[in-house]
Amino acid sequence: ASGALPKKVKVVEVGPRDGLQNEKNIVPTAVKIDLINMLSETGLQVIEATSFVSPKWVPQMADHTEVMQGIHKFPGISYPVLTPNLRGFQAAVAAGAKEVSVFGAASELFTKKNINCSIQESLEMFDEVMAAARTANIPVRGYVSCVLGCPYEGKISAAKVAEVSKKMYSMGCYEISLGDTIGVGTPGSMKEMLAAVMKEVPVGALAVHCHDTYGQALANILVALQMGVSVVDASVAGLGGCPYAQGASGNVATEDLVYMLNGLGIHTGVDLQKLMDTGTFICNALNRRTNSKVSQASCRL
Amino acid sequence: QESQASGLPEYIKIVEVGPRDGLQNEKVIVPTDIKIELINRLSRTGLPVIEATSFVSSKWVPQMADHKEVMKGIERHPGVQYPVLTPNLQGFHSAIAAGATEVSVFGAASESFSKININCSIEESLEKFEEVTKSARNMDIPVRGYVSCALGCPYEGNIMPAKVAEVSKRLYSMGCYEISLGDTIGVGTPGSMKRMLEAVMKEIPLSALAVHCHDTYGQALANILTAIQMGVAVVDSSVAGLGGCPYAKGATGNVATEDVIYMLNGLGINTGVNLYAVMEAGNFICTALNKKTNSKVAQASFSTGTI
Repeated sequence: ASGALPKKVKVVEVGPRDGLQNEKNIVPTAVKIDLINMLSETGLQVIEATSFVSPKWVPQMADHTEVMQGIHKFPGISYPVLTPNLRGFQAAVAAGAKEVSVFGAASELFTKKNINCSIQESLEMFDEVMAAARTANIPVRGYVSCVLGCPYEGKISAAKVAEVSKKMYSMGCYEISLGDTIGVGTPGSMKEMLAAVMKEVPVGALAVHCHDTYGQALANILVALQMGVSVVDASVAGLGGCPYAQGASGNVATEDLVYMLNGLGIHTGVDLQKLMDTGTFICNALNRRTNSKVSQASCRL
Repeated sequence: QESQASGLPEYIKIVEVGPRDGLQNEKVIVPTDIKIELINRLSRTGLPVIEATSFVSSKWVPQMADHKEVMKGIERHPGVQYPVLTPNLQGFHSAIAAGATEVSVFGAASESFSKININCSIEESLEKFEEVTKSARNMDIPVRGYVSCALGCPYEGNIMPAKVAEVSKRLYSMGCYEISLGDTIGVGTPGSMKRMLEAVMKEIPLSALAVHCHDTYGQALANILTAIQMGVAVVDSSVAGLGGCPYAKGATGNVATEDVIYMLNGLGINTGVNLYAVMEAGNFICTALNKKTNSKVAQASFSTGTI
């Protein structure tokens, strides 16, 4: 079960978007901009900045244009934004976005409840985005939600995940981020799912997006690394609870991930102390405790 | 079959340390009857080993002052072991008199930790333990050996895997049937866990090894996974993740039994333990301690109404 680990891992920071979107408190635009600027100084190469979804659906991201225009865009750092459809894509590009993400799912029920259409219909919407992105030379990252379980359907077949991933990859997504949306996965189901997906998508184009709702995230990430995955999503301070289990945690904390990768001798380029400081900053702004155990342990108050 | 195909153990023995290691490191001291009720509930979950209490002087560990009453008050389920801590011969005799049928001794891989914790060198502590193992052998009482600071020490920092191997070997040679390697401050990662186990496995048979991981830095499950991938088949954990870290204020300590079982279930590894029953025992003790559980599985399950 123990394969050779990658020498380098690219950490994709989703705190400012996935994190903040799922926090109870909404922070002002200036704080979001400060957060992203601070993250830009930690060595992170990819920071998901915001979401060009209608503020009717996601009020927390209503200031997407201001955020995109307000942040300091450091050279060498990518600031992808979510774009659910062509309209969102165009707004994103107009606001200065140079990379976008689209969100698919491996569950029909989840897709229906979340964006009110079938998986196939959602992929058709993305096709429009892909075409426009290709023309504008904008890279597109594809997310697949519910890869290890769905809050409505329960168990999700690995074959289904592979099918949706393949479609999104074939459409032109340069990377597919496989999301354990409700954190129910374990090293067992992670291994099974990745084995299926890796038959259809090259491992170099895969990322894992693990939620820590059941405490399994780092163990799941470890298994993914052992299978050759070298891109891992995480959220500073573990921002972003789980909308399907009130009070439970969601995203895995970037600090805890980097701590593990450091211990494995895997290069990330991320400065853990600066990351922890950034986590402290945003937790103060949100008036909440950090979800990062590394941060908790290091704070000798 | 799933676990076999992946090279993982088919069965993992869970050693529940909540009533001792857990409660000893909680801020609130619980009354004797609550301790007894907790242990009785745990006895019905399928857990094969439940560390019940500690026969240490109540001057040092007031939380365990009622060790005799606890030992005498608990139900003793057939097939379940109830080891107790015994730091020296005196504690051992006291434990036997109170009905203990298995004991544990606590060594450390760090001189500073040994000195500060039990006021003697590693060598001196091993001599004391040897007195215990000799008496235990005469009485047919199994002894489990713990090695603290296996992946790092709050005073010395980095700990050499060779030192852990050396102390483990001494404990094993003097008659401990099992050596539990403890990441006392939770600083270990899969990297340091692997290196440490490789060194220890040169001296001790795999089947005699256990890991006791703390989740202070969130690394426990990843570390445990690494250990079981290397063939370790005994894992210590604490219901509801009871027991904070005395070296990092406010930080967590023991890994939660519920979270370990959830992972092992997902790997198709048999433990014989009923997860829901453990969650309910965890709910009981957290209510008594007036605190939130440290188990993410319990948190999520209560939130989604699974419990």
